[in-house]
Order: sequence, then structure tokens, then C-alpha cells
Amino acid sequence: MFRRSEQDKRPEVQIFVDGVAVAARQGDTVSAALLASGVDARRSTAVSGAPRLPYCMMGVCFDCLVTIDGVGNRQGCLVPVAEGMRIEIQKGKREIGK
Amino acid sequence: MTVAPKREDYDVVVIGAGPAGLAAAATSAEAGLSTLLLDENIGPGGQVFRAISSTPVTERNQLGADYWVGADLVQSLRASGAEVIQRAIVWSLDRNLDIAVSIGGASAFVKAKRVILATGALERPFPIPGWTLPGVMTAGAAQTMLKSSGLVPDGRTVIAGQGPLLWLLAAQILRLGGRIDRILDTTQRGNYFAALPHAFAFLTSPYFAKGLSMMREVKAKVQVVSGVTELAASGDGQLASVSYVAGGKRETIPADLLLLHQGVVPNVNLAMSAGIEHRWDDLQLCWSPVLDASGNSSVAGIAIAGDGAGIGGANAAVVRGRIAARAAVEALAPAAAAKLPAMATLRSDLAKAERGRVFLDTLFRPAPQFRIPSGDTIVCRCEEVTAKDVLDSVAIGATGPNQLKAYRRTGMGPCQGRLCGLTVTELMAQARGKTPQEIGYYRLRAPVKPITLAELAAVPKSEADIKAVVRG
Repeated sequence: MFRRSEQDKRPEVQIFVDGVAVAARQGDTVSAALLASGVDARRSTAVSGAPRLPYCMMGVCFDCLVTIDGVGNRQGCLVPVAEGMRIEIQKGKREIGK
Repeated sequence: MTVAPKREDYDVVVIGAGPAGLAAAATSAEAGLSTLLLDENIGPGGQVFRAISSTPVTERNQLGADYWVGADLVQSLRASGAEVIQRAIVWSLDRNLDIAVSIGGASAFVKAKRVILATGALERPFPIPGWTLPGVMTAGAAQTMLKSSGLVPDGRTVIAGQGPLLWLLAAQILRLGGRIDRILDTTQRGNYFAALPHAFAFLTSPYFAKGLSMMREVKAKVQVVSGVTELAASGDGQLASVSYVAGGKRETIPADLLLLHQGVVPNVNLAMSAGIEHRWDDLQLCWSPVLDASGNSSVAGIAIAGDGAGIGGANAAVVRGRIAARAAVEALAPAAAAKLPAMATLRSDLAKAERGRVFLDTLFRPAPQFRIPSGDTIVCRCEEVTAKDVLDSVAIGATGPNQLKAYRRTGMGPCQGRLCGLTVTELMAQARGKTPQEIGYYRLRAPVKPITLAELAAVPKSEADIKAVVRG
């Protein structure tokens, strides 16, 4: 859906998406890194289980909700990636304890 | 990294580091007031100047001169001595000017003598069939990714809607070598005539020449279909095609990405939760706060600057930020105000920056069918409530958005009505034969951003706090 511009010279950062290593760039938000990676990052909604991807990328729509380092319901579009960060695509409601 | 505010009390707390917030905080701190700027993003800039300090798009002409203005504002802020905290999520503001802010998973509380809200705008909901499908995003979302991560669309891409941002985004995508297959312009034909009486002010504003050259740049490379009157996205779990009607003719085109945009509206959540009076704006079709000429709201001590005060664009936002900050300085340290630009000068700057706005508002007033959906089209994305669900609820007695919560949970999901509120108000107003002002809006309350119970429970409490809730 998206590709990176050649002029982007930012260093790579490795994150893990559902256990699989994915290359992001320093300064990416989690949502931008997921959309750039080409992995299937569709979450499913809490109400009907419908698939969704981020819609607004500016913190207002909450369609980017994702589990980051074990904490559920984080807004992926507001969190910058960090080396070794563990992302889980959230399926349905946030789980108790996450 | 967790950086809590350095103090518990500030002269001025500014919320939001977009054009208005940057200008307001710098002005206030330069005048010697203790100033805290809280912003929820990774870096300063808001939406217009997003990633201004970190963008990988270094070829300056690609983002345009209007973008790089933001670098000067950030520089002034840095030089001003204002305390700035990024990734700070303000979740409560009340009439006592007490502010609760979540930073790195822990909440802090600060008190201000004056608060300047610069929470800006968000894109107007664009509730068409299929707008929740993966692959459908806002134009602003694509622009955010372009500025902050140098990402451009590379699949089959359709941009649909209207307004200045749509053309700016298209130009930026093309300059960075991205792909756009078609632009579907939904501007209503009748709007051109309605806007004509306001054309002179626009023709003599800086927006005219810039807008025209950008549209030429885009039209030379992309097929533009104007007069689009219907729009729908479809696909099975992922966007596959976009269909539209233009000039009475329906066409369906395959697509991987659909970017929607029909203007921006004030982001009212924090202001409304503080009890600030808002009124329905019939021209801009949104809620705008009731403010005096210095941006002061109906709650003593809280001013609103920037697009949150009514859509005016980035240049107007900067001036509104300076006006609100000057008013704060006049109130708290009158002697220091003499060093700042005179209020009369600022007001004339504002008039200049707002020139041509009525023309744009009239020309790009979105068509009813793109604001007020019908049938199975989703209105509330979080709770997955359709237009038919809302109308059925009205038929059995739901009178307004707050009653509708009990019937359908609209506005009660994580986005707290940001993506459905305007649609619900207009849909219910139409169904009940009332004005949006009569129908009203969701009653918003803190926390205006979701925080965990654990974070609330970890908030420091006094003996008196515990006594107030413990029995026996």
C-alpha cells in the first residue's frame, strides 16, 4: 500500500510483529512501521470482529489499537518504535491482564 | 523516558504544539511567564508542521515553503525557555484550571493561572459505504505518513473529496514519486455560484495563486473527475474497488488505497469536557467555541487558539496563538506586555490571515449526502452503528446524541465521538426536523483519552482522599 522514499536515510530499527522480525526506521510510529512493512496488520474489532487498519494516523480514530510490549489497546499511531519492541495485532477486545 | 512536569503550578499551560500552541507558548515564555507546553505527539508541529524537527523528507521543495515555516516557530519556542513535554496525553481539564496529564504511563497533575487550548482540528467524518474497510484512510493520514516517515502510496490509489488539503497532499505524493490513479472531486457545482460573492477577498489572498498552481501541477499528471455525487468503497475484508457517480454516470475502478477528505473541523473534546460553551456553525457545519476577540472562552482563564477556535488555517492559528498569549500576559504581568507586539497589530495580522476564508468555506461546504449517510453505512466506527440503527432509535424515542448512547452506545467507544459526533448530530437533526443547535452534542467528560485503571489507582492520594471513599 505504501513504500518508503529513497531519500529516507534514517537508521533501521528491528521490531517484532507477532514474533516475526520486521525492519522499521527510527522515528516511525508503530502504525507507520506496520503499514510500511507489508505484513497483514489488520486488527479485528471488539464488536463484530471486522478487520480494520489505521484510519486517521493522528490519534483520534482509535482504529490503530495494538498490543505493544504486552500492553493492549495502545494507539499505535502515537507510539514511536524502539529496538526490540514486541507488537501483537489485537484480535477482538483487549485481553484482561494485557 | 518519562519526563514529568517540573512544577505543580504554572502561569500558563498550553495544550497542543501545532501552529497556535507553538506561537502561544513562545510568546508567553518570552514575556517571562512560567509556561508549560503539553503535546501528545512524538515531536512538535501539530498536523500542519508534523515531524518538522525529524522529517526524512529533506528536499525542501517537496513539502513546500509553507511547511518549513514551522521550523522557525519551533526555534522560537526553544529559545523562549518554555518547558515542553511531548507524548503528554492531557486527559482532564476543569473549571479550576486543574490539568491531568498522562506521560509514559503515569499521570501528573498541574494547575495553571491561564490555559490556552490549541488542540486544533481533525478531519470531518466522511461516512460513505465501506469507509471502515482496511485500505480506506483519510488524506491527512497519508500526509502524516509522508511527512513523518517519507511514505508514499504505491498501489492503485484513489483520492476522493474536496478542499485545499486534498490538492496539497496530491502534489506532495507526486513530488515524492508516489502513485495516484484518480482524483474524485466531490465539490458541489452549486457551491461555485454561492462562493462567487466572496471571490474578491480570496483572489487577493495568498491562497489563490498557491492553490491554482498546485491544482495545475496535479491535473497535469492525474485524471481528475469533478462533480462526483455518489461514492462507495467495497471489498471483502480489504478495499478492492471504489465506485462513484459523476454527471449521472456510474463507474467502478479497482483500488488498493482510498484517501478521503472533506475538510477539517475543530477538535472539541477537551474544550467541551471543561464546560466551554460551543455553538453550531452553519457555514463550517461544526461546533465552534464561543470566544471573545482575544480567544477567551466561557470558562474564566481558558482561551482557545488555532483551528480549535473555528477553522482558519495555519497562518491564522499562529496569530491567534499570539493573541491568546498576549491576553494572558496582560492579565498576569501587564508590565511585560509592553514588550510584545501591540494587540491592534496582531488583530490586523489576523484579519489578513483570515482573508478568503469565507470563500473557501462556501466553496468547499461538503454536500449533504457525504455528511448524512443512510441505510447500512456505518456512522459510529467504534460501536459499529449504522445510519439505519440511528434512525430506528429516533423512531422509538431517542431525542438526541446523549439519549442515543443508551439506545446504541454511539460515541461511547474509544474515540469518544470524534469520528461520529457530527454525523450523529446532523442525522438526528434531519430525522427530527430540528436544527443541529437544538439537537446538541455528546456530553463529554474526563478522561477524554482512555487511561488504565492501574494508572488512576497509582495516582498519589491524601488521607482525606482515602477517608472520602472508605467506609467503616
